[in-house]
Amino acid sequence: MQIQLNVNGHARQVDVEADAPLLWVIRDELNLTGTKFGCGVGACGACTVHVNGKPMRSCVLPVSAVVDAKITTIEGIGAGALSAVQAAWISHQVPQCGYCQSGFIMAVSALLASNPNPSQDELGTLVTNICRCGTYTRMRAAVSSLASAAATAATARTSTVPNGAGK
Amino acid sequence: MISRRKVLLGGAAAAGTLIVGYALWPSGRLRRADRLAAKSGERFLAYWIKIADDDIVSVVIPHCDMGTGIFTALLQMAAEELGADWDKTRAETAPPEPLFANGALVEGFALGQAGMTRDSIPAFLQGSVFAAGNRLAQFMDIQVTGGSSAVRTTGVYGVRIAAAAAREMLIAAAADRLKAPLKAFHTASSRVIHTPSGQSFRFGELAAAASQYSPSSHPKLKPKSQYTLVGKAVPRIDIPAKVNGATQYGLDVQVPGMQYAAIKISPIFGGKLVSVNEESIAGNPGIKKVIKLDDAVVVVADRFWRAQRAADVLQTVFSDAGNAAVSSNSIRERHLTALNQGPIKHEHSVGAGAKALQNQAPLERLYQVPYLAHAAMEPVNATALYSASGTLEVWAGSQDGLGARAFCAKAAGLPLDKVTFHLLPSGGAFGRRLPGLWNFLTYAVQAAMRLPGTPLKLIFTRDQDLRHDYYRPNVSSRFKAVLNEDGTPAVWVNEYTTDGGSNAEAHIVYEVPNQAYGAVKVVTPVPVGPWRSVESSWHGFFIESFIDELAHQAKRDPLDYRRALLKHKPRHLRVLELAVEKSGWNAPPAPAAPRRARGIAMVESFGTIVVHVAEVQISDDGDLKVHRITCAVDCGMAVNPDGFTAQIEGAIVFGLSAALYGEITLSKGAVEQQNFPDYPVVRLADCPAIEVHLIESDAPLGGGGEPGTPPVAPAVTNAIFAATGIRIRELPINKHSLKG
Repeated sequence: MQIQLNVNGHARQVDVEADAPLLWVIRDELNLTGTKFGCGVGACGACTVHVNGKPMRSCVLPVSAVVDAKITTIEGIGAGALSAVQAAWISHQVPQCGYCQSGFIMAVSALLASNPNPSQDELGTLVTNICRCGTYTRMRAAVSSLASAAATAATARTSTVPNGAGK
Repeated sequence: MISRRKVLLGGAAAAGTLIVGYALWPSGRLRRADRLAAKSGERFLAYWIKIADDDIVSVVIPHCDMGTGIFTALLQMAAEELGADWDKTRAETAPPEPLFANGALVEGFALGQAGMTRDSIPAFLQGSVFAAGNRLAQFMDIQVTGGSSAVRTTGVYGVRIAAAAAREMLIAAAADRLKAPLKAFHTASSRVIHTPSGQSFRFGELAAAASQYSPSSHPKLKPKSQYTLVGKAVPRIDIPAKVNGATQYGLDVQVPGMQYAAIKISPIFGGKLVSVNEESIAGNPGIKKVIKLDDAVVVVADRFWRAQRAADVLQTVFSDAGNAAVSSNSIRERHLTALNQGPIKHEHSVGAGAKALQNQAPLERLYQVPYLAHAAMEPVNATALYSASGTLEVWAGSQDGLGARAFCAKAAGLPLDKVTFHLLPSGGAFGRRLPGLWNFLTYAVQAAMRLPGTPLKLIFTRDQDLRHDYYRPNVSSRFKAVLNEDGTPAVWVNEYTTDGGSNAEAHIVYEVPNQAYGAVKVVTPVPVGPWRSVESSWHGFFIESFIDELAHQAKRDPLDYRRALLKHKPRHLRVLELAVEKSGWNAPPAPAAPRRARGIAMVESFGTIVVHVAEVQISDDGDLKVHRITCAVDCGMAVNPDGFTAQIEGAIVFGLSAALYGEITLSKGAVEQQNFPDYPVVRLADCPAIEVHLIESDAPLGGGGEPGTPPVAPAVTNAIFAATGIRIRELPINKHSLKG
């Protein structure tokens, strides 16, 4: 069936079964291969994309479930430049093989959008992706740096905005 | 006695003068390299080193990128010797051509290999050697990435010598121009500088003239004291393309007209395909073909999910090859029988050896580790295009591009020159893509040959990847020891099972006057292969557990006990003391808790000494939390300390996954695990705080990718014992109750 999708801000039309997994539609119909196949059962998070800003595991998501949604993949997250998370991933030298990192960057970006200063426990509870190279130590450091940058920015905004005008 | 392996790969420094013969590529060979791998305006000055008119130095590296950062480290070594501006250097993957075989690795390893035997060959190279029928000439055609060898062999005996030779050629060209003596020149910032006058030339303007000189086989190498780039934490060159989805792995290959293939391999090891009921997928969309292979069936469709769904429901019958009764339990029973009955050949003996046990009542302990899967994040896959005119093109991640090309040629019955191989980065490997572990290539080539003209991308699902791996062996090891009156060991005997590997890593660094170790072979139908740190992954656990038990038996502190047995090993002692200091070993864990304690373990592997201190806490309910792992390392010198540290961090997580939960079990001849839910690995929530401290020493460069793994399990189980009195002798830890 013909299905209309909104991926990285573009309207895209695909002709697939309603229950085709979003992962393979993104990869093989739209040729966006930054989103990876790791387990096929939603267990590892290598296929994480944003659906209306929420992190979703696209390998177990039927394409029909996202018809009216805004889908963002790793290719769309930086919008031509590097996102803050991607930049932190470079400055903390996070990736090794790199295969799982698209999924991690999507999961962490979504987390930070709703909670700019997560505790380590929150990070561990909310980002349950798998990295077999074991880059977790650097991910934590990168997230901490983003959290403190966010805190600094928030403080700066507060101090430069007149009382009552910052809402 | 030092094992041959130690001589060859541990510290081949003494052999260095012999190895540089490889550096002397005749000009004819360099010009052939130009034709194969030089772009317009570039030329090879020495093997692997190209310099372009615009000053760009490109290092053509005979390895694969599987995430370990070796391209950056090798490029640092080349830039250092050349005096190149780091921003004007590039790394390329060598084409899988015999001309770009890794002679440095082969020579670094193969010296003195008259009468090669399986036991004298490091595990990561066995697949290459035995595929070549033990003929050195063919064995030379390898580009293996494994054995933590890239920097310490390819770098030390290859890249840096080629770069130094190229520097001398650039200087010769400058000296010729100025009619000045060679010694009046030095290089810096990609320029050759006439030291007295300061007059200088860009590399690019000298490169063409420099390429007319022959590279020296004995170029002068920069002394370590003058290094400005080697030893510096340089950002890895591969990382930017790994944060935006740009890196193309094997899975990402797109070829016009490509179809997708899912595979179902005989679940029972050794089983053959008996029948397929194609009617069972008659209504599935997009199916192009069902291909019956000897021990597998491949479903080809126009999209992968269609192929996979069809393969999932396709009705098949496989034979059991007489292996239907094989189980984890039956294999363990055979281990015990073999250890009890022998014959066990003690390949290593010191003092009176096992005879010293006579008339003694030794302390006897049995340790066991299970099969483990590699479970790299990218499931194995390969894309193949066979043409009826007799050519084959293959795209895949592999730990040996040239070896994989030759393997595919053999699988297709084609000469090498009819086969093109495109080597892609691997989404993790950990040994899974080494020679000898290439079922994904075999199946892709066989399937493609049944569909001439159609490019076919064969992807293992996670289920097939986990159930058709070549596993880290399941090993049982029985120790016997007798202690002196002061508690130190007088006799140490270690007898263990082997699937056939060399098992040289059973050696110990501790001083024990009477020692013997050796293996008894137990052959099973389960395919096994190198898994990050190979033999050290099990012997490290066994040895460091047993030495800890002996310390407690002797009522000695396990740290002091190790110190006493390492008096003759100052380098090891230094690593031990650094780990003690950095972990705060001498102060109680904070915050104090009833079942919170530390454990220590030390393993030397791949030329690198690693000590881990693990700090654990166990709740009354038996829940284990590994809070912290503090690590001290002596690898001689890390070319890229940050990249090296990342490898140790990752190796710790890899070892921790195995220690805590890693286990592949067999039932009725088949692997029971199917995916990450039943093959759990460490995630962010379970990852301890990890600190890595590097020591710089004058020892030869040690490996980086693997040595961090072996000491993890024993450090954690020794800590569990310190916290609870429960001694874990069989991994994984989650098989055991730790309730208070």
